[in-house]
Amino acid sequence: MDRLPRWADVALVPFVSLLLAAIISALVIIAIGQDPWEAITVMVEGSVMNAYGWGYTLYYATSFIFTGLAVTVAFHAGLFNIGGEGQAQLGGLGVALALLFIPWPHWSIALVAAALGAALFGAAWAAIPAYLQAKRGSHIVITTIMFNYIAASLMIFMLVDVLRPPGKMDPATANFPEATHLPSFNEIPGLNLIFTSGVPANVTFFIALIMAVVVWLLLWRTRLGYQIRAFGKSEPAARYAGINPTKIIMIAMLISGGLAGLMAINNVMGEAERLLGNSASGAGFIGIAVALMGRNHPVGVVLAALLFGFLFQGGAELGLWTKIPIELRTVVQGLVILFTGALDMMVRMLLIRIFAVFRARKLEAA
Amino acid sequence: MDYATLLQLLDSTLRLATPLLLACLAGLYSERSGVFDIGLEGKMLTAAMCAGAVAFYTGNAWVGALAGIVGSLIFALIHGVTSITFRGNQLIAGVALNFLASGLTVLTAQALFGQGGRTPPLEGAARFGELTLPFAEALRPVPILGPLYADVISGHSILVYAAFGIVALTWWVLYRTRYGLRLRAVGENPAAVDTAGVSVKGLRFSAVMITGVLCGLAGAYMATALQAGFGKEMTAGRGYIALAALIFAKWRPVQAMWACLLFGFFQALALRPDVVEAVVHVKVPVPFLDALPYILTVIVLAGFIGKAIPPRAGGEPYVKER
Repeated sequence: MDRLPRWADVALVPFVSLLLAAIISALVIIAIGQDPWEAITVMVEGSVMNAYGWGYTLYYATSFIFTGLAVTVAFHAGLFNIGGEGQAQLGGLGVALALLFIPWPHWSIALVAAALGAALFGAAWAAIPAYLQAKRGSHIVITTIMFNYIAASLMIFMLVDVLRPPGKMDPATANFPEATHLPSFNEIPGLNLIFTSGVPANVTFFIALIMAVVVWLLLWRTRLGYQIRAFGKSEPAARYAGINPTKIIMIAMLISGGLAGLMAINNVMGEAERLLGNSASGAGFIGIAVALMGRNHPVGVVLAALLFGFLFQGGAELGLWTKIPIELRTVVQGLVILFTGALDMMVRMLLIRIFAVFRARKLEAA
Repeated sequence: MDYATLLQLLDSTLRLATPLLLACLAGLYSERSGVFDIGLEGKMLTAAMCAGAVAFYTGNAWVGALAGIVGSLIFALIHGVTSITFRGNQLIAGVALNFLASGLTVLTAQALFGQGGRTPPLEGAARFGELTLPFAEALRPVPILGPLYADVISGHSILVYAAFGIVALTWWVLYRTRYGLRLRAVGENPAAVDTAGVSVKGLRFSAVMITGVLCGLAGAYMATALQAGFGKEMTAGRGYIALAALIFAKWRPVQAMWACLLFGFFQALALRPDVVEAVVHVKVPVPFLDALPYILTVIVLAGFIGKAIPPRAGGEPYVKER
């Protein structure tokens, strides 16, 4: 079979997939009697045409970078971690426990503690499915789905019966102490010249970017990363080369869960400043779309996370200003996963045919 | 707990187990043919919306159910084309379809009815009514068995009885027909089926379509029998509980029925925390009861209660000639 040139493989395939998703989304908007052009205008204006919009777009993107990287690391080990949602919720619990009971003197120290708590709890929630996959061969997809639901129940229990302050009605923890407030973009010197009004995007964004670099270094510049990728490509070959499967599955899933958990420093510590029910609000699942769209490469993940940040913020604007329900973003999310993840082969076959036609013409001309 | 409360619990167990059972049997066909389906949830949700909307317009629950089946079949077709024709990743396709369903159902319902993504409440013939089985009242005075027959077994919609009928039908199809033998074979060793001159793709497509029909019934039951109309995210993870039940039952129909009844019983218990507390004398948090099916499934998957081994060729697209 003919192969695609590298640039087409890296850029064109995701672009065509995205285009197909966009076309179908437009058809959906037409089908419900709305105007797709108006929709895209509202989305662009509300999310990237002013600093306020960017403040939200980048805030969402921060969460998606974490969850996208989480799915990416697991994917490279040949594991499909659908449990990002549950791991991110548990990460939120880790943040809450780290911040509620210890009087931290400064946000920077509190951030380190919260990040450790978040990563630790996220990783712990991934550990059981990982162990069951490695030792008992239980399919990780099913166990992580189950763990999402168990996490949801656990969080309801924790918020309603354990962490809810006495006398309060809503299932949420108390507010975190004032000292743990993370600087948002409008409070960071320099950035506050651009972001003049309060926005939820905060310092965590830079941590997310650093994590993207760290994940890249890990996967392509360390022995462990090589082992993870080798294991993901071919388990028998990796086994033959002396790579311990149990170790790789455990480590890859712990890193994955830790990254998903880390998301909580953005939304729980940086934005809500207390732990609310359903804290991850779907970001764990969006990580799947982000990783697929980003071709499981940290650079791609960051770009795809920005795109989904735009989609999320723009979708919220749609819900506010037009008759198009906010659920449109779930549809787009589904379409992106479908085209970039499951129908990858179809897009590729299509492009290979087109390229073959061009090549034939070139040969004729020569 | 007295006998009357137990009967009430069992009655709601049957009601709540039915959508699980239909979806579980749906998954059984697909997975036995070697196509993993984590999109049961999305198909059910789509079917629930289609059934709710059409039942509202026509005032006829049967037409609604038919529409539910059609809606679910469209999703099944996408799943089939993606994972059988284009050999895409079956799990990712399932995830994608779940999101698509979650968004599209709300979008459609909102566009049609403008009530925040739900259908208007259904009444009369737009819902499946409750059937009273023959002699239910006459047999009621019989001790123990009489009330059991009158209150638990009688008085459900026809889809409840159909679901249990389909258990028997599925057993017969799977173990007593040529189609069933081929279906089981194609999930274990598609190459052998191919060598025997039977189309692997055709078999798998047929199985995925049966999955669509059964998920359609499950969704229709949700919107037009269990509840009166479609509501946003109304399936609430039942597709995944059905998947859990399927694993719990190790992909066998009769055991699937017991698993769904067990999980339905947990759901019924979660609605009555007072009863649970009266029986075990400890306050059991409701979230724990909600999580019980998932916890049990993980334990089963871990192989502590007999190992659950999925169909061997499950999840892998079949490539003819290498």
